[in-house]
Amino acid sequence: MPDKVKLYIDGKEVEVPAGTTILDAAKKVGATVPTLCYHPDLKPTGACGVCVVEIEGSPIPKRSCCTPVAEGMKVRTNSVKLRQMRKTVIEMILSNHDVECPSCVANGKCELQDLANNMGVDVDALYKILDYKPLDETSVAIIRDPNKCIACGRCIIVCSEIQTVHAITFADRGFEVNVNTFFKEGLGNSVCVNCGQCTVFCPTGALKERSEIDYVWEALLDPEKIVVVQEAPALRVTLGEEFGMEPGTVTVGKMYAALKRLGFDYVFDTNFSADLTIMEEGTELVNRIKEGGPIPLITSCSPGWIKFMETYFPDFAKYTSTCKSPQQMFGTLAKTYFAKEYNLDPSKIVSVSIMPCTAKKFEARRPEMRDSGYQDVDYVLTTREFVRMIKEAGIDFKNLPEEKADDLMGAYTGAATIFGATGGVMEAAVRSAYFLLTGENLKNLDIEAVRGMKGIKEAELEIAGMNLKVAVAHGLGNARKLLTKVRKQIEETGKSEYAFIEIMACPGGCVGGGGQPYGSDLARRARRGEGLYKEDKDLPMRCSHENPAVKRVYEKFLGAPGSDIAHRLLHTCYFERDIEKGTCVKELTHKH
Amino acid sequence: MSLQRMHILIPIDEESIQNGALEVKRRLNKELFKHRVEEEVKVLETGPIGISGKGVVLIIYPDKVYYYNVKPKDVKYIVEEHILKGKVCTKIENSKEIEKKKNVVDYENIGLTRKQPRVVLDKCCIVNTFDLEEVIARGGYAALEKILEENISPEAVIEEIKKSGLRGRGGAGFPTGLKWEFTRKASGDEKFVICNADEGEPGTYKDRLILEGDPHKLIEAMIIAGYAVGAEKGYIYVRGEYELSIKRLNKAIKDAKDVGLLGDNILETGLNFDIEVKKGAGAYVCGEETALIESLEGKRGQPRIKPPYPVTHGLWQKPTVVNNVETLANVPAIILRGADWYRSLGTEKSPGTKVFTVLGDVEYPGLIEVEMGTPLREIINAYGGGVRNGKKFKAALVGGAAGVFLSEKLLDVKMDFENLKEHTAVLGSGAILVMNEDASIVEMLFSILKFFAHESCGQCSPCRIGTRHLLELIYKIKTGEGELEDLDKMLHIAETMRNLSLCPLGQSVIMPVASAINNFKEDFIKKINNKNNMKEVSYA
Repeated sequence: MPDKVKLYIDGKEVEVPAGTTILDAAKKVGATVPTLCYHPDLKPTGACGVCVVEIEGSPIPKRSCCTPVAEGMKVRTNSVKLRQMRKTVIEMILSNHDVECPSCVANGKCELQDLANNMGVDVDALYKILDYKPLDETSVAIIRDPNKCIACGRCIIVCSEIQTVHAITFADRGFEVNVNTFFKEGLGNSVCVNCGQCTVFCPTGALKERSEIDYVWEALLDPEKIVVVQEAPALRVTLGEEFGMEPGTVTVGKMYAALKRLGFDYVFDTNFSADLTIMEEGTELVNRIKEGGPIPLITSCSPGWIKFMETYFPDFAKYTSTCKSPQQMFGTLAKTYFAKEYNLDPSKIVSVSIMPCTAKKFEARRPEMRDSGYQDVDYVLTTREFVRMIKEAGIDFKNLPEEKADDLMGAYTGAATIFGATGGVMEAAVRSAYFLLTGENLKNLDIEAVRGMKGIKEAELEIAGMNLKVAVAHGLGNARKLLTKVRKQIEETGKSEYAFIEIMACPGGCVGGGGQPYGSDLARRARRGEGLYKEDKDLPMRCSHENPAVKRVYEKFLGAPGSDIAHRLLHTCYFERDIEKGTCVKELTHKH
Repeated sequence: MSLQRMHILIPIDEESIQNGALEVKRRLNKELFKHRVEEEVKVLETGPIGISGKGVVLIIYPDKVYYYNVKPKDVKYIVEEHILKGKVCTKIENSKEIEKKKNVVDYENIGLTRKQPRVVLDKCCIVNTFDLEEVIARGGYAALEKILEENISPEAVIEEIKKSGLRGRGGAGFPTGLKWEFTRKASGDEKFVICNADEGEPGTYKDRLILEGDPHKLIEAMIIAGYAVGAEKGYIYVRGEYELSIKRLNKAIKDAKDVGLLGDNILETGLNFDIEVKKGAGAYVCGEETALIESLEGKRGQPRIKPPYPVTHGLWQKPTVVNNVETLANVPAIILRGADWYRSLGTEKSPGTKVFTVLGDVEYPGLIEVEMGTPLREIINAYGGGVRNGKKFKAALVGGAAGVFLSEKLLDVKMDFENLKEHTAVLGSGAILVMNEDASIVEMLFSILKFFAHESCGQCSPCRIGTRHLLELIYKIKTGEGELEDLDKMLHIAETMRNLSLCPLGQSVIMPVASAINNFKEDFIKKINNKNNMKEVSYA
């Protein structure tokens, strides 16, 4: 087979590598073929048929998203017939779609809406043939609206092939086809890890987070309540996208300002507890290495990964760090340390977190996450929900003057910021572990080997005469691949080649989280990540152990990293989960 | 072995079992024993004869007499009168309803049993095909033997099939030899032969006849296909409802293995080939080869995106040849008698024979095998016995649900791939459903569209939603609520589906829709105007 193929698209000659799809080749000559179910990060499903093109000699048009080019092929991307057929198929899809755009969360970002509008279709061209079905509201994190589903199959591909969770698949057939879980028990009673990638890839509003906006507004407008808010690292580089800014623009000051205008009483930052996590996790790593504990140590910040581990890799619970995620560390401290320092009644504190993540909603509601004596984190909003609140309040985000976070739990370092990108936790931990072992900072704080969008990254580091091999995986499919290899190594040789592994459930890390703005592909996720690395570079402090607020919390409240009180408040335990329903079967690790 | 003066053939298939064939057979044996003639008169269980709606059938040799609608209580009479006294029973006693009718006809001269150039069905209902020795005596496995004996190379086998012009009998009519050649040339450490026996086309049961009547022919053909393409493993994907076929296939496979015709080191030549029978779960779309492969792999049965085609990326992504039962059943005869002989049958571009299922308002519904290119009129009149009860012919639905409605004007069309294509019709599965003057095309189209809406896999939007829209529209028309513009809408939706659907299921819905609307527009307009209360006959 020749490496290069020459073909003609709309009369223009183009040469592309063999195996290229017609769609990609058409882009090269500037011909835009409309698409709907196609997504650049996913294997094409060929469901919608919108992207058809005419090929000379072919009796019927072919889908450009999944038809490879051939030598000498003559392609037409537009014609009266193609235009008519594309319109008809979109009209068909609309006739089977709950067109309630103004009240839909995807309004303005809906790919079906855009396409229908661009193509100038008639919404009423065909009879409405939608049999209304009940929403799947079984999950605490994700709601599925079958009436808006266009059965493109993206969510299924991302769930089964990118994430290898296999929570959803097509059920029934023909017109009755629907995306569903094992025995149609609903997402909340399934193996779903709440990563929310399905919501990000959904072209319509058929998949969305369970909104907690109303509860937050209620708390904000209640004069009795003290509402405390934390925002995840990844938020600061994605918020701007929803207000016309470039992906990766750092908007941290505007974010604080917007939160204050919304009426939050104390605006802190999850970055603070990210630094705290590094102190606890770094100490855990150093202790495990020194005392011969279970190696490799695996990070525990990503709640999607934690549920995945509990379901598919329960034998890895002992390797997983006992540290709570930054959100939960913050939650516990908000109702203990913060309440004590400010002399507040913890029962009056409402702790809100804003996360790029849908799984955090699940994490906050895990029954063991009540070490403060209350539910540590009361409400979790996704980036998208936060944006909706800003819009509801009529705040002009883009032109907002920058403000600062409140002191006690607001200061952070560059190490915390990069938590939001794949490899960031690893890099932050290595910076501090080096310090913990040697007493001095790394000369070059940039650990390039663990950055970037490669699925599984490896690096070898020399710290205090020790050779540490580390690995980073993002996207649960990559995690599965890496851990399967590690499992085999441990079975065969008794130990793993890695000392430390970072796993993030979502491709790209939190910048690509399931709660992030719609319409993100890998390229956009990479740009968001670059924004975080830029902020890290610009910050005066870039190592977690330098954070003054972290130093203060140990001084005043926790004692030292890994102390008894730190263990009681900042560490957690894991459960084995049923592979059919996702429910807890037994406790795997005990809390100290 | 004793010498027999008389053979009683009793075709046992799903249909005759329902009509009490097993009880008839039991009583036959009992009667023969009672009269001590069991040594000289032999009862043979054969595969189906291909006649439909005639209950239990008995064929008595050497007299060539054929009884139908035989009830268990008639057995005693037949044995006493015919077997013992040699008198043909012109009526069967005690069956009042049919007393006046002659339940015996002269075999080979009437209707479906009239002499046919049977290639595929040559052994059906002639011998006890479940007795391997009888099958071999009748030429079974002779083609395989010829290949192995004469050391014919796989390439030469493919060449012979190519030369014969054999085309796929599943509906698409792709040249079989080419398919084999592509699979042979595809690189892969392992290759597969799949026999598509998921016969799901409504009104078609030609494959069932072969599976029930001559399973060894299929096994032989699959071994030859495996030898030709370089595969050592074959699967027969059988429609789940075909329980008897599955039972008989498994028995045939076991028998063949026991004598070394199948399995490792076939006939001690070093050739290996094994066959496994897989049961389908009833989805029509699994008759599409890639959906079949998905189903075989244990996945949801829905078509794959093509290319790549199964010849390079089939079962488990390995080169795979998927052939219909009837296609394969042609292979042994071609090998044995040569491509030139095969080309003497049928037409230039569609050589060989074709098995047709003739159903509906005909005198003798059932299966026939005739040469390609036989005119439709001849099939209906000469073999089907014409329209039943002296009614007038109205339409024939040719090719199954995804076929076309042909009006009387097209009765002289020759039944082969090319001629039908000229009239935008298809050979499809070879089903011919004849409708008389009382039939309603609107009702019939409603049934068909209901079928498609039910059987669409739902993978691609044009088919998933289009089939439902078509069903809604035809329902509107059927219930007298329709408007003239609905016809255009139906044609437009079906045309969009033809162009945008992923697989032949959605692509072919246009065939019945367009042919019904174009050839029988009167029916639709009458319905829409609601002027004529037509007597409705539903075939659903």
